[in-house]
Amino acid sequence: MTPQARRLVPLIVAVVLFAVLPFVIPSFLTFQFAFAGAYTCAILGLTVLTGTNGQISLGQGAFMAAGGYTLAILAHSAGWPPELAIPLAAIVSFVLGGIVGVVALRLTGAYLALATFALAVSVSPLIKRFGWITGGAQGVTLPFSRDSRVLYAESWGIAALLLLITWFMLRGRIGRSLRALRDNEIAAASFGINPVPYKTFAFALSAAYAGIAGALVATATAYVSPDTFGLQLSLTLIIGVVIGGLDSLWGAVIGGLVVEFLPLAAQSINVAATSLIYGIALILVMILIPGGIAGALRTLSRR
Amino acid sequence: MLISELAEQVVSGLATGSIIASMALALVLIYRSINVINFAQGEMAMFSTFIAYTLIDRGVPIWISFALTVLIAFVGGVAIERTVIRPIERASPLTIVIVSLGLLISINGLAGWIWGYDVHAFPSPFPQTTLRLGGVVLSAQDIGVIVTCLGMLAVLWFFFGRTRLGLAMRAAALYPTESRVLGIRVGWMLALGWGLAAVVGAIAGVMIAPIVFLEPNMMQGLVVYAFAAAVLGGIDSPVGAVVGGLILGVALNLMGTYVSFIGTDLRLPAAFLIIVLVLVVRPSGFFGKQSVTRV
Repeated sequence: MTPQARRLVPLIVAVVLFAVLPFVIPSFLTFQFAFAGAYTCAILGLTVLTGTNGQISLGQGAFMAAGGYTLAILAHSAGWPPELAIPLAAIVSFVLGGIVGVVALRLTGAYLALATFALAVSVSPLIKRFGWITGGAQGVTLPFSRDSRVLYAESWGIAALLLLITWFMLRGRIGRSLRALRDNEIAAASFGINPVPYKTFAFALSAAYAGIAGALVATATAYVSPDTFGLQLSLTLIIGVVIGGLDSLWGAVIGGLVVEFLPLAAQSINVAATSLIYGIALILVMILIPGGIAGALRTLSRR
Repeated sequence: MLISELAEQVVSGLATGSIIASMALALVLIYRSINVINFAQGEMAMFSTFIAYTLIDRGVPIWISFALTVLIAFVGGVAIERTVIRPIERASPLTIVIVSLGLLISINGLAGWIWGYDVHAFPSPFPQTTLRLGGVVLSAQDIGVIVTCLGMLAVLWFFFGRTRLGLAMRAAALYPTESRVLGIRVGWMLALGWGLAAVVGAIAGVMIAPIVFLEPNMMQGLVVYAFAAAVLGGIDSPVGAVVGGLILGVALNLMGTYVSFIGTDLRLPAAFLIIVLVLVVRPSGFFGKQSVTRV
């Protein structure tokens, strides 16, 4: 086999596996996989923003909130079905992400992390304060419930689409420019890459992915509340992208699966086990394998 | 609006403010050594407070518990620097930020594992009485907090400005290479900085715990205010952090009381707004050094 063909093997295996899965596993597992698909979308946003472009965002949960609430409000008060509301959720979060992205142009490294951390913490009080539109602390209940296989197909169908779009985008000029800006912004700028459109676009795109993820989560749970999208969620998404692998599309999928299933497995040990494992994993990954699980697998397969 | 009521609000704001100022100072201490904000600062303080709680619960007198806690916090801070931070000291900001998030999450999990997520009442070391000062009613609790925090800040000011060790620590953080040439053990000075930051956090923790109750997530709000205070004062300026903390404490209290739009709900978003505005308009804050990089 040629090297190109060999690279396709894991992809084909994965696609077949994901297509067959909902027909062989029980309904509750299908439901959990649907969530993993939604998380994959949000983490893919961080892959582009943090992994490829080097902008640290601890506020990805805020954009999930924007998407989730857009869908919830449209479904609750205007009866929109998710198929119509999800694209709108993407647009709303894209615009919000663009606005934050413009501000983020002035902030670098740890400062951006600081500002987005504060953003993540502000989400829940903001939603509670503007209860006349968001339903306040009680949240919004959606007027539909869907079969777990439909949810699975929606989540992973959209995740596959976003992965494909991202792959096309990152393999050419845009990907090179984003990486160049990450590695040395001044050098990249002197080679004619204007940081302003690229960095703002990366932020808006990653927010749109998060918005879609939030809309998918809202569809699956048929309910949104301020505490769904707090700091915890934003941190979970960062954990997903780091453990899965920064700057790797496979990493986003692995990250999505990890953040959905690891807590379910760890809960049986202790309620706090998830946090402890996550925290230690973050530290160890950054010190020992900065490429995450995807990076480690790639190194192993090359040997 | 009565003047006496305003004065009471200002004093109670100064009490919160002095705790925010202490946390902000702890952030600045670490920022000066590794140029990155330590996101785990709040959780380190929370963990120390739980240690104090356990000691008091076992019957150790309250002030002796505090002294022991401070000692344990110091050792813990030094240990964290030596084991977790050392290997990534020179890494990119992204790496250091993520490792400090890893510390935040694992310390939070460890506390949850040991003590659970229930809310505990934490005893106040100060008498629950009020003082009258010309028509203004002040709680002994607030006065005690202000005196303790400002006293600690004064001790630190003396330590860093007037003692050999304090000067060596400042030198090691600002000019590592030159310090090493002069025989200062830079690595240990940085570890000492983490130890001190942990101590300052521990004291802030036991001061705030009687007010917000003790649980693993107790510091998440306070740490955002501390970020805002540190940014407001200039992230590399200890004086700025203290002034920023006091201003923020009073301002948040007054806004929460007198500006009904903000109330208590919008205090965190207000802190977020302050962080963004200061970073965009004047990144060096009020007291910080303008950073200039040669390219």
